[in-house]
Amino acid sequence: MRKKASAWLALALGVGMALSGCSSNSSSSDDAKQGSQKAGEKLEIFSWWTGAGEEDGLKALIKLFQEKHPDIEVENAAVAGGAGTNAKAVLASRMQGDDPPSTFQVHGGAELNEGWVAAGKMEPLNDLYEQEGWMDKFPEALIDMVSKDGNIYSVPVNIHRGNVLWYNKKVFADNGLQPPKTFDEFFEVADQLKAKGVTPLALGDKEPWTATHLFETVLLGTLGTDNYQKLWNGELSFDAPQVKQAVETFKKMLGYINEDHSSRNWQDAAQLVAEGKAAMYVMGDWAKGYFVNDLKLKVNEDFGYVPTPNTDGKFMVITDTFGLPKGVKNPDDVKKFLALLGSVEGQDAFNPLKGSIPARIDADPSKYDEYGKQTMEDFKNAELAPSLAHGSAAAEGFVTKVNQAINIFVTQKDVNSLIDTLVSAAAELKK
Amino acid sequence: MMETVKIAPAKETTTVPVARKKRKWTADHWLATAFLAPSVVLIFLFVYGFIGWTGYVSVSNWNSLVPDWSFAGLKNYQYLFQDFRFQADLRNTIVFTVLFIAVVIVLGQLLAILLDQKLRGESLFRNIFFFPMALSFVVTGVVWQWLFNPSTGVNLFLKPLGLDSKWYTDTTILGGFQWGKIEFGIPLAMIAVMVAAVWQMTGFAVAMYLAGLRAIPDEVREAARMDGATELQLYWKIILPLLRPITVSVIIIMAHISLKIFDLIYAMTGPGANFVTDVPGVYMFETTFRGNYYANGAAIAIVMLLSVAIFIVPYLISSRKGES
Repeated sequence: MRKKASAWLALALGVGMALSGCSSNSSSSDDAKQGSQKAGEKLEIFSWWTGAGEEDGLKALIKLFQEKHPDIEVENAAVAGGAGTNAKAVLASRMQGDDPPSTFQVHGGAELNEGWVAAGKMEPLNDLYEQEGWMDKFPEALIDMVSKDGNIYSVPVNIHRGNVLWYNKKVFADNGLQPPKTFDEFFEVADQLKAKGVTPLALGDKEPWTATHLFETVLLGTLGTDNYQKLWNGELSFDAPQVKQAVETFKKMLGYINEDHSSRNWQDAAQLVAEGKAAMYVMGDWAKGYFVNDLKLKVNEDFGYVPTPNTDGKFMVITDTFGLPKGVKNPDDVKKFLALLGSVEGQDAFNPLKGSIPARIDADPSKYDEYGKQTMEDFKNAELAPSLAHGSAAAEGFVTKVNQAINIFVTQKDVNSLIDTLVSAAAELKK
Repeated sequence: MMETVKIAPAKETTTVPVARKKRKWTADHWLATAFLAPSVVLIFLFVYGFIGWTGYVSVSNWNSLVPDWSFAGLKNYQYLFQDFRFQADLRNTIVFTVLFIAVVIVLGQLLAILLDQKLRGESLFRNIFFFPMALSFVVTGVVWQWLFNPSTGVNLFLKPLGLDSKWYTDTTILGGFQWGKIEFGIPLAMIAVMVAAVWQMTGFAVAMYLAGLRAIPDEVREAARMDGATELQLYWKIILPLLRPITVSVIIIMAHISLKIFDLIYAMTGPGANFVTDVPGVYMFETTFRGNYYANGAAIAIVMLLSVAIFIVPYLISSRKGES
């Protein structure tokens, strides 16, 4: 009998613990709700900015926001790793579980429009743009990138340029070479470098997007901005002769890369150029941050930069933006944060640290380094093109398929097979 | 004849059949049921329930951010088996699993037998072999990524000797022949990954075989020696066959690790050039969480589950037969 009683006691305890576990959860969420009436729901800023420079930029932004709105509690919810791919996985599960962060980082273009906006998960921000007078402060082409069907869905905070060719100044000077402006010049320079035993072009495609990044700059250089844009709305097919020409050029370029490309990530490949083992490198201008901050090199002394072949006057845009998801409990607080993000003050606090340029055209150039100043000038005048590798030109699903096809192509170099895959993936794109 | 000395796990006590005969539920039974019920319910919900859920997603049309539950039939599976990347994944998994298990078994037996020679400092060696097990595959992956990096790793020693392996960046398929869209054979890059996995898991096999060896009574060895068996014959004809149940366990454990492997590959090589080191786990992650092809990802997960089931289910059936 005693045994039985003690057993039931143990069971009751177990059940009790389980119940108290639940109740403590619910009481804590009650606390949060009560707190929100007093001090406001936490403002959760979701991003993948955890690297050197970008994290500092984000912290500067948050500090600025807290000075202006000390009553709003901010939480920096950054997920590290994989150039944002890990964060995107977390974001997808949270959005589908109707537990969106207050605001999240998303690349302007298809990643936003074909992803979250098409899924009906974003609130339009037209009134915020009107209220802050932003319509003529961002370039029109950029506002188009964050708009769908006449509604604006996010606020761009920074701009990175994708079509930059970085080169080792010493290697070029020693060999009496000029940085190439066209594909013909590129191959001339590459042949001369190869003859001297220097790897002409660095590539690190352990993560396959880097090869796609190189390919998209070749596409832009071969097709021109208009035709490049037409690829994404289906007006130009991927089996067009110009695309084939671009693939052939890309294939030829792959003949000049380092042999161990598949063991390197983009930083490791940049290192080859920094050490003078390779001469040129095509990468977005976050590579400048890596050269300057991590490798302690000097702009225009140790390394130089030019637009990738045939893309002078063209600007491959990668823009980080923040929007307002549907179902957020504190939309007014989020809008206050977005207003700061879009202000000159916010953009000038973030971008010099991150190493990007502001998305606004009226920011203060004196806060930026030599590269930044020139890029801001280029940004105002150049034709803007959305990046494929970084999710601006086409939906994530298409990008994943292109990355796979390019990864196979880098080894097999089968032009027709790549074009076939692009065509069949694009058929899905139009749906 | 050999089977008579089978090292079977301790049989369950005889109380169960007795209770069954009476079929009377005592307080102990009620209590046991009450304590088991929550975990049974949770396992059915969170393991089997979600297996069913994944199976359902795999035959749906949910291949974007917006869930689409309409029935797609086997479309996602058809797509996969015609996909270059998935075919390469199947090849890589098969090659990796076979090589990995074979090497772990051979090395595990060899090292265990050597350790069993009553040598001094045995526990030191045992620990040395066992310690890599304490690391996570991610750590192992990062370490071996640099060791096998063609420009900075062990090649710095090997190059002066005239050896210049490309390790996991090698795209060569050994003994390749056309199979579907891919070349079937042994991808050389996979061997580098296999070495890292073997380095980590051999200690485990050694520990299991060592336990097996200790369980073999000395009389068996003595009897064999009395009958004039040489040491080689003793091991080859008596000890190794006696270790067979251990080998089965090692195969089951290693197979489910290698068929589901993700972290090691992800940290060490990624999908690899031309997908020479890609595995279904990595593809599943990328296609689901980067490409938002949820139904395709679920289909990959189901294929992985079935491939593990091929090993596990016969084992479970045979071990149940052994019990009754």
